[in-house]
Amino acid sequence: MLSIDRSIIDAIIAHARRDHPDEACGVVAGPAGSDTPVRHIPMDNAARSMTFYEFDSMEQLRVWREMDDRDEEPVVIYHSHTATQAYPSRTDISFAGEPGAHYLLVSTREPDSEELRSYRIVDGVVTEEPVRVVEPNVDPHAVQSYMFGQSPTTVDYECSPGR
Amino acid sequence: MAIEVRIPTILRTYTGGAKTVEGAGDTLSALLTDLDARHAGLRGRLVTDQGALHRFVNIYVNDEDVRFLGSLDAKLSDGDNVTILPAVAGGALGFAAAAALLGRPASLIR
Repeated sequence: MLSIDRSIIDAIIAHARRDHPDEACGVVAGPAGSDTPVRHIPMDNAARSMTFYEFDSMEQLRVWREMDDRDEEPVVIYHSHTATQAYPSRTDISFAGEPGAHYLLVSTREPDSEELRSYRIVDGVVTEEPVRVVEPNVDPHAVQSYMFGQSPTTVDYECSPGR
Repeated sequence: MAIEVRIPTILRTYTGGAKTVEGAGDTLSALLTDLDARHAGLRGRLVTDQGALHRFVNIYVNDEDVRFLGSLDAKLSDGDNVTILPAVAGGALGFAAAAALLGRPASLIR
């Protein structure tokens, strides 16, 4: 399961919308071993393509070095699909080089809503996992909604916290 | 001659889990051959059968991308630092189309 703050989800979606129809990509770093995404790092898509993404090699070095210096690791690696579903393509699976990361996919093919799904990709095997969005003002022990393999017909990101 | 090489997570199976290893070589190609002698199979994940650096592997010598230093012919000196990172890439693009576009069907992983 991927547990991730609402604010980070919102930032990822905003990034995907900004770059649409090109694919957007990035990382959410967190303390090594914690499995907690904390620091959102939107990356440049050096491929600037509607169907392909690639981190710029020097930007990737800088970010990976920085994570190492801060004792962090890439907890989430995300990218968007702009015309297809939020499911890893064969290319995604083939290039998944961080076995410890959650691979988060955002689909921006619909103008008014986003599909957001998360996967583990290890040795070429894709396993979907639920996404638990942590709301800032909600009791963490209260029942929360899980997004698991579902494409919401509408997702209202204008909700203010606590509603 | 000692060159420190940082190994990405996905290749640590070849180094017994070690994050950094040491090697020697006047060029990147020689260094990789040297490392392969102690960590069998490592070179094969970085260099294609055609003898070129894998398209989706990033190797840096003293924080410079080796693609600007001559790739496998990049010159190395004692005390240099080498970092290997698998490229982070993907997308909706079909794999066969990606392979055709990039000239070869290889990725670091497969």
